[in-house]
Amino acid sequence: MSIDQTTAARIAKLARIKVEEDALPELAEEFNAILGFIEQLNEVDVEGVEPMTSVTPQRLKQRADEVTDGNQQAAILANAPDAREGFFAVPKVME
Amino acid sequence: MMDELNKLSLAEARDALKRGDVTSVELTESCLGAIEGSGALNAFVHKTPEIAMERARAADERLQTGDAPAMCGLPIGIKDLFCTKGVPGQAGSRILQGFVPEYESTVTQNLADAGAVMLGKLNMDEFAMGSSNETSVYGNAVNPWRRSGDDAQLTPGGSSGGSAAAVAADLCLAATGTDTGGSIRQPAAFTGTVGVKPTYGRCSRWGIVAFACSLDQAGPMTKSVRDSAIMLGAMAGHDPKDSTSADLAVPDFEGMLTGDIKGKTIGIPREYRMEGMPAEIEKLWSDGADMLRDAGAKIVDISLPHTKYALPVYYVLAPAEASSNLARYDGVRYGHRAKLAQGDGINEMYEKTRAEGFGHEVQRRAMIGTYVLSAGFYDAYYNRARKVRTLIKRDFETVFADGVDAILAPATPSAAFGLGEMKDADPVQMYLNDVFTVTVNLAGLPGVTVPTGLDGQGLPLGLQVIGRPWEEGEMLNAAFALERAAGFVAKPEKWW
Repeated sequence: MSIDQTTAARIAKLARIKVEEDALPELAEEFNAILGFIEQLNEVDVEGVEPMTSVTPQRLKQRADEVTDGNQQAAILANAPDAREGFFAVPKVME
Repeated sequence: MMDELNKLSLAEARDALKRGDVTSVELTESCLGAIEGSGALNAFVHKTPEIAMERARAADERLQTGDAPAMCGLPIGIKDLFCTKGVPGQAGSRILQGFVPEYESTVTQNLADAGAVMLGKLNMDEFAMGSSNETSVYGNAVNPWRRSGDDAQLTPGGSSGGSAAAVAADLCLAATGTDTGGSIRQPAAFTGTVGVKPTYGRCSRWGIVAFACSLDQAGPMTKSVRDSAIMLGAMAGHDPKDSTSADLAVPDFEGMLTGDIKGKTIGIPREYRMEGMPAEIEKLWSDGADMLRDAGAKIVDISLPHTKYALPVYYVLAPAEASSNLARYDGVRYGHRAKLAQGDGINEMYEKTRAEGFGHEVQRRAMIGTYVLSAGFYDAYYNRARKVRTLIKRDFETVFADGVDAILAPATPSAAFGLGEMKDADPVQMYLNDVFTVTVNLAGLPGVTVPTGLDGQGLPLGLQVIGRPWEEGEMLNAAFALERAAGFVAKPEKWW
């Protein structure tokens, strides 16, 4: 399965990374090199094998459903590139 | 006062502090002086001398009262991936430029509670993605080792390249690292130091910038196996803030270092004997097996049949998890935001911010991860890789069930290579650096690399001991036996 420029552009879009038009051929080529390497996995018989979901066989712990944190507005906004009046500010979202 | 206190090991410094022969302030000043003179190595990227001196003075007070925890007064470096409150940290990435964490990672908190003195933050590959520290926004970290008669700059390995360079050059007594596919063990091997990747879940991941959550583990990078045992004990422990952190008691790892491995069974995996393996690596490996045999261990040939699929599995799963983890860098909550053009909306902001903020390798992996998780390819790539991961883990479970106590393997396919040497290589070529280390992450096992020899050009080479899950103590003891038998004492000649 080979990745063409249209697919490369679609992947970049899905990943929300701007890739200039003239960089697409090289990107597609790199994807193909990596995916070609990954193709080896098709040789393996995985019939009846469960996908690994947990590195260590353990049940995820449950905790009491209670508030343990909060009231940290200043700390949460401290690193924001644009924070105004206690909110994160972003460009226009709605058309 | 002793000379060159920065050259001490953790154990030597700890014992000297307890005897009152030195103070933490003296140790810390010695390291800060070494750091000042080490600009050419580009290892320390955010220095914290005020924090260091404050903690050193506090440690000296504790030592005076006889209340000295395990790392009391010992100056260490911290990989830039760990969030440390009030100290800039950007995971080697432009996208986190200016980020100052409002909180402290559990591991660095544990170290601080154990009395350790933080000297600063250490260089690394961007988001821990790399094997040569060449993807860092701070520029390359440089290996203090050079080939004999050659002043070409070499890589200290990656991603924990700054940590490895700093420990090897005696800028600190020890450092933290993180290991997702070999990022502690490969740089340790390239710099003649000891690096431990603990069992998955042994050290909390909370507050460490995430690369691939099911693979990431923090661990110590030190000058000796004993030092790793001391530091791992201080880093480890259950943390309710990390749901995959194991609720298990932390053993006294140092106390388990007897050097006695009589009757232990050490497996030599035949699939690690790669085609085209350099004769030097092959010899190093068989010499290591002989050393363990001489120490009383039983050496057996074992098979891990799915080994050759570990790298392709890794290069599906790690990018998949990374693409998800990197989604948070959106220019809204922290770090860099691109300057926008008139009329740009939120999507343009995301796309421009991420294009400017992420370096090439990180972009590539985020996109590969996006692809293998996308509709129509999820089963073919991601799910298939997770199934092969089950088989890789089963390979190890089988040999451990057959009575193997630990596994001996090479750490890397070569000694440190030159910075820039791999520039024109295909990305897959660079990924091959992880061929001996990545299986351990996939199976969640502990692994340690120990320097055991020099190559023909005078560069260090390391061997790797892989342990059973949760048996870091026994693994470190085998590594200790190997360290003693190998008697590796070489140090890089100071040129920086």
